[in-house]
Amino acid sequence: MDFDDTPEEAAFRAEARAFLDANTVRKTGRRAFQSLLLDTAAIDRAKAWQAIKADAGFAGITWPTRYGGRGGTPLQQVIYNQEEENYVVPRGVFNQGVGLAIPTLMTYAAPEVTERYARPALRGDQIWCQLFSEPSAGSDLASLRTRAERDGDDWVVNGQKIWTSNAHFSDLGMLVVRTDPDVPKHAGLTFFFIDMKSPGIDIRPLKQISGASNFNEVFFTDVRVPDSQRLGAVGQGWKVAMTTLANERYTIGESEGPDFEDIFALVRELELNGRPAIQHEMVRDRLVDWYIKRQGLKLIRARTLTALSRGNAPGPESSIGKLISAPKLQDIASFGMDLQGMAGAVMGEDAPMNAWFQNALLYAPGKRIAGGTDEIMRNIVAERVLGLPGDVRVDKDIPFNQVPTGRR
Amino acid sequence: MNFDFSDDVKVMREEAARFLRDRSPPGIVRRVLDGAAPYDSALWASIAEMGWTAVTIPEEFGGIGLGWEALCVLAEQLGASLAPVPFSSSVYLATEAILAAGTDAQRRELLPLLATGEAIGTFALAEGIGDPAPAMIKAEVRGGRLFGVKSPVPDGGVATDAIVVARNEAGEIGLFRVALAGSGVTRKPLPMIDPSRNHAAIRFDGAAAEPLDTAGQGWALVERLLDRAAILIAFEQVGGAQACLDMARLYSQERYAFGRSIASFQAIKHKLADMFVAIELARAHAYYGAWAIANDTPELPLAAAAARVAATDAYALAAKENIQTHGGMGFTWEMDCHLYYRRAKLLALTLGGPLYWKNRLVAQLDLADAE
Repeated sequence: MDFDDTPEEAAFRAEARAFLDANTVRKTGRRAFQSLLLDTAAIDRAKAWQAIKADAGFAGITWPTRYGGRGGTPLQQVIYNQEEENYVVPRGVFNQGVGLAIPTLMTYAAPEVTERYARPALRGDQIWCQLFSEPSAGSDLASLRTRAERDGDDWVVNGQKIWTSNAHFSDLGMLVVRTDPDVPKHAGLTFFFIDMKSPGIDIRPLKQISGASNFNEVFFTDVRVPDSQRLGAVGQGWKVAMTTLANERYTIGESEGPDFEDIFALVRELELNGRPAIQHEMVRDRLVDWYIKRQGLKLIRARTLTALSRGNAPGPESSIGKLISAPKLQDIASFGMDLQGMAGAVMGEDAPMNAWFQNALLYAPGKRIAGGTDEIMRNIVAERVLGLPGDVRVDKDIPFNQVPTGRR
Repeated sequence: MNFDFSDDVKVMREEAARFLRDRSPPGIVRRVLDGAAPYDSALWASIAEMGWTAVTIPEEFGGIGLGWEALCVLAEQLGASLAPVPFSSSVYLATEAILAAGTDAQRRELLPLLATGEAIGTFALAEGIGDPAPAMIKAEVRGGRLFGVKSPVPDGGVATDAIVVARNEAGEIGLFRVALAGSGVTRKPLPMIDPSRNHAAIRFDGAAAEPLDTAGQGWALVERLLDRAAILIAFEQVGGAQACLDMARLYSQERYAFGRSIASFQAIKHKLADMFVAIELARAHAYYGAWAIANDTPELPLAAAAARVAATDAYALAAKENIQTHGGMGFTWEMDCHLYYRRAKLLALTLGGPLYWKNRLVAQLDLADAE
């Protein structure tokens, strides 16, 4: 056992580091506790950085070279990500395009179509969003109701999507719609990609419990999509969407925001009843739990990397990251405030670490829901890893338009 | 990145798993549990014959010198099978103590006997209620004679040789080797939460005690031995926890209620998913411990405490929720669930309980951060 790179891995890491050294600067010491919100200027900075990365061959590391990629391995992608974490770079908004949309095109679109969209996505010239979830279709995505009806060479879309990150500055979207409500739910779906500037698309920011808006609602009123932008056959949309989501695990990283290191720094600074907080047994008990999870996830990632490095598929342990990190974030945010006692509820600049814990308390609930709720993640572990039976589905074999619906 | 066992070690793990499935089935564990014998001597002999007791002992002392990664995977399988043998006491503790601090004469005499399993070693630390701490140690050696009571001593009823933590005439803590067959030794078997592992209270009333070469390290050496053993016990705990998850998984698929297998209910699926998550966290920390012990790295105390805490938590969760998944049947003597439930608690407390190890973990983190 060791934690060393193979000679090839070391060479790639050196190459990545040389690129980063030449084009940006290393992070210094402590965390910046910056806001995680994006504005127009932030998007412009992200686009500029993405172009530099793409031109140097570090944007589409696992993409084939014909689409402007490096033709590299998932392990090289991980190595690059590890290195980039140590440098000051703008937060990206390109995962949907580079990580999900274009790989889906690679599987389902004609090569010349993929070619047309691949480079603009890779260089950050075109931003993609994902139009999957709906107000009544979250965990049960296949119950979505946005309709598309054939009209000549076009389809006409009516309905509503929700939880669409970056929709207001996206150029293109991946869209799953219902094209046949008379068949069981999975069989009536079709997948398109769509120009987000199409007439009839209305994008409204969705205000979250924090007051911020990271997501949008997207309304479709008689929006026309050419049939040439369909991916997969009519009625095969579920299968295509699953291809898209299968790529997602390569793009989801560790949750941003307070983690073990931050709460550890806080308890070494704060005093409780005249003693350093870290000397209190109640504090130590919580710290231990979060260290086990934080360090454990790092080590689990090291196991995943080892599998990739040996040319094997990652083992089942790689599927549990979000189930551990999202509740951990919420618990740490809450305890960070508890430690501050009566002043813990104060937000804004006066709060320690620029209200790092207070802000996190209000976005952490979303982390336990987005990209698969805790409950869905447990189902996935139970079914795909442990091989337990799927849930009983009362809507499986009946036409979608006869499935019972609730009031919400 | 090479954070996994080598193929050779993995083969050894598979062979160990096969051997123990065959030779240490629940019936063998239950013989000891029911009091028919203090340990399974035939199983012990076979284990020794295969060289498991000799893996970390250098060849010059009759060992096979395969190293600690091999020992880690053996520990995992021994834990999974609940093997009722004095392996941990003899190999993780007594052998380690002699390797770390034995005099030349002690190494020459004892290591070959420990390697063949002819000698069974143990580590006598506890003196009643409490976690490991220098203040606990009242046993003392005067003029080469040991006086005091050690309790509980794991495998204390079956060991031939004990490494005893005691004070010398200057009041300094050290390690002493005592042959338990000699005079001045009275052993009393102790009823334990897990009767499938022998424990005893040992009264030393002038037993001949010969010091190890502790070079003034005293309590630091005790901590070092506990750290190393904690990593190996963590592998036993991970093995046991995985066995519980496997049992719960199989049973829930075969048990039907309300017209379907109970494994199709989310209440069960989510319970088992939580067990899986806890076990994978523990396994990752145990692997890190394996790396630390095999390479004797400075991270070892931190890695050991983390592995110990994570594995204790995982085993406790898996053992209790395995019973819960089995429902009423899981609460019967006949089902094997309680064997794991018992062992989980026993292992949680040997080498010091969760409070000790959690405090040690934070202390190590504080230390590492201050540097």
